Amino acid sequence: MKLKGTQILLEVLKEENVDIIFGYPGGTVLDIYDQLYKSDLKHILVRHEQGAVHAADGYARATGKVGVCLVTSGPGATNTVTGIATANMDSIPLVVFTGQVPTGLIGNDAFQECDITGITRPCTKHNFLVRNIEELASTIKEAFHIARSGRPGPVLVDLPKDVMATQTDYDPANVKFRNYEVAYKPAPKKMAKVFDMLQAAKKPLIMTGGGVILGKASEELTHLSRKYQIPVTGTLMGLGSFPGSDGLWLGMLGMHGTYYANMAVSHCDFLLAVGVRFDDRVTGTIETFAANAKIVHIDIDPSSINKNVTVDLPIIGDTKATLKDLLRFLEEHHYAQDTVSRKTWLDEIDEWREKVPLTYCQNGEVIKPQYVIETLHKLTCGDALITTEVGQNQMWAAQFFQFDRPNSFISSGGLGTMGFGLPAAIGVKCAFPDKHVVDIAGDGSIQMNIQELATAAQYNIAVKIVLLNNGYLGMVRQWQELFYEKRYSHTDMTYAPDFVKLAEAFGIIGLRATKPSEVEAVLKQGLSVNKPVLMDFRVSREECVYPMVRPGESISQMTLGSREIIN
Amino acid sequence: MEKKAHVISILVHNKPDVLARIAGTLGGKGYNIDSLCVNTTTQNDISKIVMTTAGSQATVTRIENQLQRLVDVISVNDLTNVESIYREMVLVRLNLTAQNSEPVKKAIDMNKWKVIVSGDKYVIVEITGDKTQIDFSLARLEPLGITDITRTGLIALKLED
Repeated sequence: MKLKGTQILLEVLKEENVDIIFGYPGGTVLDIYDQLYKSDLKHILVRHEQGAVHAADGYARATGKVGVCLVTSGPGATNTVTGIATANMDSIPLVVFTGQVPTGLIGNDAFQECDITGITRPCTKHNFLVRNIEELASTIKEAFHIARSGRPGPVLVDLPKDVMATQTDYDPANVKFRNYEVAYKPAPKKMAKVFDMLQAAKKPLIMTGGGVILGKASEELTHLSRKYQIPVTGTLMGLGSFPGSDGLWLGMLGMHGTYYANMAVSHCDFLLAVGVRFDDRVTGTIETFAANAKIVHIDIDPSSINKNVTVDLPIIGDTKATLKDLLRFLEEHHYAQDTVSRKTWLDEIDEWREKVPLTYCQNGEVIKPQYVIETLHKLTCGDALITTEVGQNQMWAAQFFQFDRPNSFISSGGLGTMGFGLPAAIGVKCAFPDKHVVDIAGDGSIQMNIQELATAAQYNIAVKIVLLNNGYLGMVRQWQELFYEKRYSHTDMTYAPDFVKLAEAFGIIGLRATKPSEVEAVLKQGLSVNKPVLMDFRVSREECVYPMVRPGESISQMTLGSREIIN
Repeated sequence: MEKKAHVISILVHNKPDVLARIAGTLGGKGYNIDSLCVNTTTQNDISKIVMTTAGSQATVTRIENQLQRLVDVISVNDLTNVESIYREMVLVRLNLTAQNSEPVKKAIDMNKWKVIVSGDKYVIVEITGDKTQIDFSLARLEPLGITDITRTGLIALKLED
């Protein structure tokens, strides 16, 4: 069958079960868009290419599938870079198609030409420039395979205009590409070692990360914890991989982790770290991190092992398969925890929990941001998919919205990209139109991709924006308060649009709450309509995120604002 | 930890950009490449890259792991701790003058250096050997009046599989 490049692209997307793409047309992709016009593939027209990548990313994080976007060459392509780097840091599978000038013009500084494969080389898992029509189908197939295999990541495919206009024979059965999948190798000797370490441990702890969600290993991890009564803490990316409502859950660890999670890490004698990479925001000073513990690290990527924290036993492998093996081994060898020492350990943790619970004080006439999030949790019964921006809004969401299911907390963890939450929420809502999808935002971040309100309005993608509006770049202000003697250099954002009017101007619903008594009603109203809604909560201006571990300190040393806790 | 030179042998798919990916991975993570040699193997679609870098064992392991993540990389081997042979080559041009032509000819004969081009005004000498041998030869050539040199990166081969 003779097909044009543009037709082959759409054929392969169909074979890869792509049901939606996020994109923005332009000169070099006119032919592809013309083909889209004749196709029934769903395309969401964003208002900025960065939004397209974040939307595809949100879709991928919520579904576990590969997110897809399509943009034009030059500025269209460079606008995707922040989105790609965001996905790369959090290992999110994406395929990004960029238009390119005709092959004969590449290197000539043609109009809207840029070396996008060169630019994105360090922030993609892999990328391709398709130089001739014969390699088009196999390259696209390979791109999807690479994006989702092993440790997932974004793959960019650069499509020169002339290649897409050329015809070739296309037979899906004849498309060959290399297989990169690394077969899982069971490691019984290592399982025996874990068994021995667990047997010897009096204070075991599990630390769960994004790799558990990506590896779809939540069930195994939860089972392991519950069966053997091992408490669990998690990284930001691991939220939802273990039920937040479970008594064994200690909340997030690290810079804004709970007191009891950080204390548990600092006092445990055995740490099973699954699908984590020991980011500096998690470990505090490396020397004191889990200093008393034997550490077992399960991860699919060998380059994550011993990168930051030197571990006692690395196990390289898929998190699900490895945890399954571990569970089987423990069962077959009749592992049973010493109930006395385990109870002592859990009691010790509970004492920390009672001593310094995760808390805030909602009094007076000013709305506390944490109260908004708790009320949102109450009204949705936790059954919502939450995206966040970056900064205080993100940390409060992580602390105060209890995540019970994997793929329900969608946030830019590694790169920390402001402007992520709104477009990501659009992508999530496209995947789950019947679920509550809420972007917990700050007034700084929301303005970074505010144009996507038009996308939500055009397709009636009923995302809800909970704007915690404090008129500051709150997290930066918090650091200025704590470490720069309150010199609020360029963090005051009081000059901002009237967000309610702005929402209305975009054709969506705008609501506002200025008093604690209005919070519940506004949230109820916002959640009840099947339309995009922006809820502007005027919150306490100088509220800080606590606990906080100061940079360069051990995670056992936390400040709670009014009091220091040094252990 | 002790920093020392490591010789790393990398098999890659001979794809466009593969060298840029490897150099970029190392440069972007703050590692330096001290010498580099690349060519195809007996198969045209597979190339071997031999590079030297300096670092502690932990750093070099990290480099190996980072390289292993690249899609086009087939295998990465640190040859430093396995028995291997090493060779470099250098081409040296010496301009001949009334004063130096006799000593140059003598030195060439004595050291059994291979002359590849010999003219009235210059000679070009080819020397192969391991790093020490080449450094040694260059030190001897230096006083004779080197006008230009080109030195390859190190190549290396394991003695046994």
